[in-house]
Amino acid sequence: MFEDLRDLYQEVIFDHNRNPRNFHVMENYDRMVEGFNPLCGDRITLFLKLDDDLITDASFQGSGCAISTASVSLMTEIVKGKTEAEAEALFKTFHEMTTGKDENINFEAVGKLAVLAGVREYPARVKCATLAWHTLDAALKNEQQSISTE
Amino acid sequence: MTYPIEKIRADFPILNEKIRNKPLVYLDNAASCQKPQAVIDSIVKLYSHDYANVHRGVHTLSVRSTDYFEAAREKMKTFISAQSEKEIIFVRGATDAINLVAQTYGKANIHAGDEIIITAMEHHSNIVPWQMLCEEKGAILKVAPMNLAGELLMPEFEALLNSKTKLVSVVHMSNALGTINPVEKIIELAHARKIPVLLDGAQAIPHTPVDVQALDCDFYVFSGHKLYAPTGVGVLYGKQSLLEAMPPYQGGGDMIRTVTFEKSTYAGLPHKFEAGTPSIAEVIGLGAAIDYLNTIGMDKIAAYEAELLAYATQEALKIDGLKIIGEAKEKGAILSFTLGKIHPHDIGTMLDSLGIAIRAGHHCAMPVMDFYKVPATARASFAMYNTKAEIDVLILGIKNLIEMFG
Repeated sequence: MFEDLRDLYQEVIFDHNRNPRNFHVMENYDRMVEGFNPLCGDRITLFLKLDDDLITDASFQGSGCAISTASVSLMTEIVKGKTEAEAEALFKTFHEMTTGKDENINFEAVGKLAVLAGVREYPARVKCATLAWHTLDAALKNEQQSISTE
Repeated sequence: MTYPIEKIRADFPILNEKIRNKPLVYLDNAASCQKPQAVIDSIVKLYSHDYANVHRGVHTLSVRSTDYFEAAREKMKTFISAQSEKEIIFVRGATDAINLVAQTYGKANIHAGDEIIITAMEHHSNIVPWQMLCEEKGAILKVAPMNLAGELLMPEFEALLNSKTKLVSVVHMSNALGTINPVEKIIELAHARKIPVLLDGAQAIPHTPVDVQALDCDFYVFSGHKLYAPTGVGVLYGKQSLLEAMPPYQGGGDMIRTVTFEKSTYAGLPHKFEAGTPSIAEVIGLGAAIDYLNTIGMDKIAAYEAELLAYATQEALKIDGLKIIGEAKEKGAILSFTLGKIHPHDIGTMLDSLGIAIRAGHHCAMPVMDFYKVPATARASFAMYNTKAEIDVLILGIKNLIEMFG
């Protein structure tokens, strides 16, 4: 029935939605930022542990749609062990992939995150996928306690 | 006479659209309704043959446009059974109307320590203008609570009324829950204490006949675009005596009688509240929408939609894991629901792939979402042109997406 949606709702997304990774409150975090999408009510709290500019741990709490939950779950997995600069570069690549500015997806650069490329066909859902990364960006810049996609 | 559903559907050209290669099933009517050909034609005709600014020129086109514009006001007066066309103020929409009342009636009559009563099921448009006024004046906003079915608790409402209460502003029909409030009783209780009542009729007006004199409400506000008319136009109905005593809202052209640099005098009703060039084509389109609705009859529309809601509710309740948000006994054609852990935004995207348009989100009623402890709901809202067959498409879609999510 939902053949048209297979690009958007890939099995990996369902898997991360059912069983989100790193889904817990972090003790002794170095950064905590709340991300909120007022349009749909998606709300996440992201926790980071840093060693100089190295992200040593990432976790989250909150509630959202399958796309946003899978996106933040995948993100917490992939940024662990990356430097801040590497994470920011990945955010840039991810943003370009989801907003469709770059026609050719750099699969090597985005790795597992490629499953989220389907949102570019659904402009109303792009913010669901990017909320996690905007929240990470705010956490790394350490500028504010909460961010909003609106 | 049976309800002419086939004819009605043929009158709305957009219903022939295909969405993602499937026939459109438009169930987002509480957000905005589609427009019948008669409304579209009225605008095309105006711009093609009759358009000029209103209330100004002596030339033929200005006279024609003014006549059509004022005819729409007359039609609206009859449609809601106002006493005089002076009581029909054209504004941008329900939000604009509430802000107008807050900034004129409110500023003149509500002072420090006074109280305004709203309910727990208000749209943001009937919360924020009063919060702004209260903040400015040092007045207090009181919220009458509701039960889990989404029904206003009348004893609690009544207990809030006191000598400090200066205004009751309540929604006639809730956009997030579908609840139709006992507005007659609310008005009776408030009037017994000489407290005026504003009804937010944005959702009620397309679904039920409204008679402002029978209701005896002091203000009634709604938007045109939910009444099969264009955006950018709405109505503030107010009792003439109240409107006359109120200071003007915005200053400018059209709302004045005389202007000198020392002092201006204001125009009479309704123009006192209509500064600047109004939404001419949109108002005329609203008049055409009323003509169209009159050919069918609001009572017939109400009866037909009640059947649709009963059928949708019955079928929805058969779905395991579906929870209806808003189960008031008195309810309009809105089915708000959640599907356990499946987020409404995912429901919205999945149904869209089947050609079904619903709303997913907080419906501009965040306090209602907080009350039910959900971030959002999915909402199917029905209109005069929807069918049971469309509800079947919706129900099948919901069943399948539950399966897909697993």
